[in-house]
Amino acid sequence: MLNKTLGLAIAATVATVALSGQAMARDQIRIVGSSTVFPFSTAVAEAFGSTGNFKTPVVESTGSGGGLKLFCAGADLNTPDITNASRRIKKSEVETCAKNGVTDITEVKVGYDGIVLANSKAVAPFNLTKKQIFSALAKQVPIDGKLVDNPYKTWKDVDPSLPDTKIEVLGPPPTSGTRDAFVELAMEGGAKGFDMLKDLRKSDKKAFKAVAHSVREDGAYIEAGENDNLIVQKLEANKDAVGIFGFSFLDQNSDKLQGATVGGVEPTFENIADGQYGISRSLFFYVKDAHVGEVTGIKEFIAEFTSEKAFGEYGYLTEKGLIPLSEAERAEVRKEALALAPLKLM
Amino acid sequence: MTDQAQKEGGNAWQSEAFLKNLKKRKRSERRFRLTGLLAILTALTLLAILLFSIVSKGYTAFVQTFVTLDITFAEEVIDPNGTLDPAELRSANYNKLVQNALREKFPDVKGRRDLRRLFGLVSGDANTKLRKMVENDPELIGKTIPVSLLAGDDVDMVKKGYIDRNLVEDDRRVKDKELAWLDVLEADGDIKLHFNTGFFTNGDSREPEKAGIAGAMVGSFYTLVITMVIAFPIGVMTAIYLEEFAAKNKLTDLIEVNINNLAAVPSIVFGLLGLAIFLNVAHMPRSAPVVGGLTLALMTLPTIIIAARAAIRAVPDSIRQAALGLGASKQQAAFHHILPLSMPGILTGTIIGLSQALGETAPLLMIGMVAFIADIPGGFNDPATVMPVQIFLWADSPERAFVEKTSGAIMVLLGFLILMNAFAIFLRKKFERRW
Repeated sequence: MLNKTLGLAIAATVATVALSGQAMARDQIRIVGSSTVFPFSTAVAEAFGSTGNFKTPVVESTGSGGGLKLFCAGADLNTPDITNASRRIKKSEVETCAKNGVTDITEVKVGYDGIVLANSKAVAPFNLTKKQIFSALAKQVPIDGKLVDNPYKTWKDVDPSLPDTKIEVLGPPPTSGTRDAFVELAMEGGAKGFDMLKDLRKSDKKAFKAVAHSVREDGAYIEAGENDNLIVQKLEANKDAVGIFGFSFLDQNSDKLQGATVGGVEPTFENIADGQYGISRSLFFYVKDAHVGEVTGIKEFIAEFTSEKAFGEYGYLTEKGLIPLSEAERAEVRKEALALAPLKLM
Repeated sequence: MTDQAQKEGGNAWQSEAFLKNLKKRKRSERRFRLTGLLAILTALTLLAILLFSIVSKGYTAFVQTFVTLDITFAEEVIDPNGTLDPAELRSANYNKLVQNALREKFPDVKGRRDLRRLFGLVSGDANTKLRKMVENDPELIGKTIPVSLLAGDDVDMVKKGYIDRNLVEDDRRVKDKELAWLDVLEADGDIKLHFNTGFFTNGDSREPEKAGIAGAMVGSFYTLVITMVIAFPIGVMTAIYLEEFAAKNKLTDLIEVNINNLAAVPSIVFGLLGLAIFLNVAHMPRSAPVVGGLTLALMTLPTIIIAARAAIRAVPDSIRQAALGLGASKQQAAFHHILPLSMPGILTGTIIGLSQALGETAPLLMIGMVAFIADIPGGFNDPATVMPVQIFLWADSPERAFVEKTSGAIMVLLGFLILMNAFAIFLRKKFERRW
């Protein structure tokens, strides 16, 4: 009896395995990519699925780089149809794609995301400049014409206008796209404020980047993991700490946290949207054109994502914290996306 | 010492040195007991803190705020042509009905921004609910009836007391106007907390009020079925063969050492193995429970083999000898006598292995099961996620209302784990034999 049951069970499993091995035409869109775009992509997926005409797409959060790797792995239907990215696709990635047969890619820019520095509402808000951010967080800073290991212990050491508290910044680890963007926009922007580094940038771009992109490792900058909610909770507990995370988390926790002004500009929805706030980046998704027509609903999904009710000024994505493109940009993006315009790299 | 005691003429058991030694030993005994007690107390306190923090945050996830509104099923919105065409009924904008009802209730709200806030009181789920009502009963068109609708997540947070009304308006997500509307609805008895059935019947959603764990529960079920179907027979057969039939030599020793080592391999390694074999070589679908189950089966196998071998070894040799002595073949002895007697132990080990698999996320990350999947999976090949992954995804979401959902889902997962372990204990108590 037992033998028979075992035999049956094994046969059933083998059958399942054999069946699932076949790659068939899909009726469900598969999306991978950036964890920053994930909340927006899933919201569109859900709205798209709830109309009842299509299956809800599967959205994986793999990070921008991981997503593009999967996306570029091949053109067959076992690979994802769309990948989200919190940065533009790199030239090297386009080449990998082409090598694996993914030649036609459409780029869709969906909006902006602000990166904020925030602290607990129990203490005074910070008013920072990019230069001060660089001084507080860089591994090496220029003092008297020489690069020295960052000697600043308190914010007051950085600038007398800042409070006399220990520098304690909770931020994302190097694997995070948020960290990449923060380093590029805030730190590099701050580094340019020093004449010495400005000269270095002209003479040796690589050396400049090495200085501008190195975050101090002496404990003042604490890598708090990819989970932004964790940073929010830690900021509540530690009033002297400053956290770095995406705007949507500040938006959701505005009762507990306040954003620091950067260069005198507050991190508000409006300021990020019109480009006044200095630390913001663009968000994208990339479509594999070869799959359009093979997998049902890709065009309709693009239409849903680029519709006014989704990524428009009053769309449901803005409620999730997406900062919309300008009206003219949206019209342009919509037109290009629906025509599946090929990717143009500058 | 005896010599000395005899010399003194007293009892050796009462000599000064002995008493001193005795005191020392007793002290040491007391110290040990105290340390043990402290260890248990620490463990219990930590467990209590863990449970308290989860339950205190999560119990509110099992109720949800509903708003009752008088909905007019206006014909000009649902079925302007009066054809009752199903396709038309399906694509109608039912949100409009909710918006009309809210405008009627609060006629003096004007301006785009304020109206948006007003409409935000009710969840987007209302659209689906009203559509289903009309599809089930087209007679409703033209009538006005009170309908209980899911409230938006911010309303839910206010009702449950997670948003402090006394803060300055700018510091709150919910503004004074919204609170005033809520107070009006509350005074009319239109806002109520109900048991959150949606939490157990809905798939994942980006709207916290709609999000449920049904998709993850079904995904976990499919995954565990595959894990059990693969790991249990292979594990038990391996154990029987190694214990009853295999010769004891260098090769079997090597196998045994390797099995023990495999049990200690970090689970992410099995994820990488699953990615390499099942996805890249066998081209199985990503995110499917069949792949998750196979991967977890690889992880659970060593646990089952070790438990099964221990259970088989615990069967007294006399039973084996008696069966063989009466003319049974080795196979008959194994399957008719040893296996049934060792079954309780094997099952306990299997269930513990499976509950370990139930709580695993790391290996699933590699095979694409950490994903947003709104549809409830209908089979082994449908994209699915599992309960611990759902908890992980919710913990990472910015919306405040997901905090309670996260803890609620943890409570459900813990419930399942306790059930499975209780079942293992039951099996052991019921069928265990002592020799």
